[in-house]
Amino acid sequence: MPADAKQARTAKEPLFHIAKRDHIAWWKAWLIRVSAIVLALVFSGIISYLLTKENPLSIYATMFDGAFGTERRIWNLSQSLAMLLCVSVAVTPAFKMRFWNIGAEGQVLVGGLATAACMILIGDKLPSWLLLLVMVIASIAAGALWAVIPAFFRANWQTNETLFTLMMNYIAIQLVSFFVYKWSVPKGSGQVGLINRSTKVGWLPKIGDQEYLLNILIVLAITLIMFIYLKYSKHGYEISVVGESENTARYIGIPVKKVIIRTMLISGAVCGIAGFLLVSGTDHTISRDTAGGRGFTAIMVSWLAKFNPIFMVLTSFLLVFLDKGASQVSTKFGLNKSFSDIITGIIIFFIIGCEFFIQYRVQFREKEGKTK
Amino acid sequence: MMLVSFLQRAIMQGIPLLYGSTGEIVTEKSGNLNLGIPGIMYVGGIGGVIGAFLYEQHTDSLNPVLAVLIPLFCSMLGSFLMGLIYSFLTVTLRANQNVTGLALTTFGVGIGNFFGGSLAKLAGSDIPSINLTKTSKYFRTSFSGAKDLGWFGQIFLSHSFLAYAAILIAIITSFVLSHTRVGLQLRAVGENPATADAAGIRVGRYKYFATCIGSVIAGLGGLYYVMDYANGVWSNDGFGDRGWLAIALVIFAVWRPNISIFGSILFGGLYIVHMYIQNLDVSGQELFKMLPYVVTILFLIVISMRRKKEAQPPAHLGLPYFREER
Repeated sequence: MPADAKQARTAKEPLFHIAKRDHIAWWKAWLIRVSAIVLALVFSGIISYLLTKENPLSIYATMFDGAFGTERRIWNLSQSLAMLLCVSVAVTPAFKMRFWNIGAEGQVLVGGLATAACMILIGDKLPSWLLLLVMVIASIAAGALWAVIPAFFRANWQTNETLFTLMMNYIAIQLVSFFVYKWSVPKGSGQVGLINRSTKVGWLPKIGDQEYLLNILIVLAITLIMFIYLKYSKHGYEISVVGESENTARYIGIPVKKVIIRTMLISGAVCGIAGFLLVSGTDHTISRDTAGGRGFTAIMVSWLAKFNPIFMVLTSFLLVFLDKGASQVSTKFGLNKSFSDIITGIIIFFIIGCEFFIQYRVQFREKEGKTK
Repeated sequence: MMLVSFLQRAIMQGIPLLYGSTGEIVTEKSGNLNLGIPGIMYVGGIGGVIGAFLYEQHTDSLNPVLAVLIPLFCSMLGSFLMGLIYSFLTVTLRANQNVTGLALTTFGVGIGNFFGGSLAKLAGSDIPSINLTKTSKYFRTSFSGAKDLGWFGQIFLSHSFLAYAAILIAIITSFVLSHTRVGLQLRAVGENPATADAAGIRVGRYKYFATCIGSVIAGLGGLYYVMDYANGVWSNDGFGDRGWLAIALVIFAVWRPNISIFGSILFGGLYIVHMYIQNLDVSGQELFKMLPYVVTILFLIVISMRRKKEAQPPAHLGLPYFREER
């Protein structure tokens, strides 16, 4: 018997091996996802119990109460959902192209900054409809500019976009800080306060008496348009080919550089709109926390939804619900408000972990003799 | 004299960045782009705080050795676990590195601020805020003759042991990466895992070890910040954006910890230079705080345009490697 054959026979077969699934039924995939979320909720329930010594069920009830307890809370939830959804939809075309735009935070901020600048500097010089139009255009231009700088260098010199866009965030934050001090009311306080508090010039109009309804409708429209754009337009097709393989794209005649720059322009523009909605439609002020970490959370939302804008409604709902619910828990039980970040982190770990079981199959070693 | 105090403070600002960037370099050399470093540094800091807090509550007379070792151990354990979460998700469960990293940062910053805000309450004590000056004093013990040596002593010898440890770790890491077999194999994993795998290098094992060791090193930066820089007083979000700055420093140092030593002092200086410019109003200071990021971007552009081989990120940085999918 040859030596290597002998060795092969005596070598131990590993306990399990991993194989890629060719296909998985959609209900199985969702079953895995839902069980991951349930597991994560149980796990965070245990953690909350250890920290508060409260009945876990009452913790879940508190979370529910924090998210849906009153009509006002439901509106706040929908508003936060809409804002997160808007940023998530914005980063999606870039991700589909495998362009890691983690600079959404900065793009949203400069959009908001442009909006605030219009409200403060030319607020009393234009009729109100024209002002709103100028604000929208300015915020789109600012967001797109912030996004296209890294895209330009990536397209031409392969400059690492993850690190570039990350750095752009902090430049945007400092830029906003600079203007906040310039415009602060009263001087030197470091806060802008409500802009045009008495005249409400440049504030997004209410529909009926619902302050946030217009925001929500605008975001829903953007989401739908983005879904159609990515799924049914030629541009959307080009984006997914470039994302799969730049070489293939080049081979079939797609102008890769142009696609990269164009897609990032769109991504930044939508981020700019999110900034506009946050400043003109929500906060009516600007600060370095205007984007509030949404730029980073959006990346997780978009990825969890598999880059599908419609699913993003669900995933951003999940994250906003956790955030609101966990803040309620921390208020009620006197914990620090960062409690919600811990819970969010845990849930995301579980969801990204469970994707493995959707894509791969774990096969355990079969019993001796059966393999022969 | 102002220059002396500027340099001394620049070094103090630079040390957490140096820890963070050395840790991230080790991690990135294995091909893992760990964006969780800011969160890990928070956990490293709060780990030390928890250890020191429990020890101070436990006893009235602190043993100097234990007062240093307990926080040190807790800090390292915390950041090690964070590294383990990241490696388990990205290497074993093959999750996306950027998403995992960002989630880890959310999680870690949350843990830091949560325990920073609620530790006293959870431990059932009635202290309003956590003040660990006693422990901090042991961490801040420095070379006693430094004051007699004038400017030289103040700049170079007035620091605490964690500061010198940072420089030592950076030098050792540099040596290991470029002069040893382990370093060579680690770099091979980051540059081309398929080839490394074919050469019999255990790719997954290297990624695990590099990420966990990198996390522990980075976490020490958080510990230095709380215990030395902030005198043992934890303030929520006090660590700020230093974690991201550490990632910027990795680029600036072209993935070499020994360059990172000088880079960290430079970045530390850029971070505080606004305090040393006369007649600068508050808004102007905010503009100056941009400097480290602007410098990093310019640097990133230059290295990508020059295409010098030695100055590039590891070729497989941020990409997953699975043997079956080659």
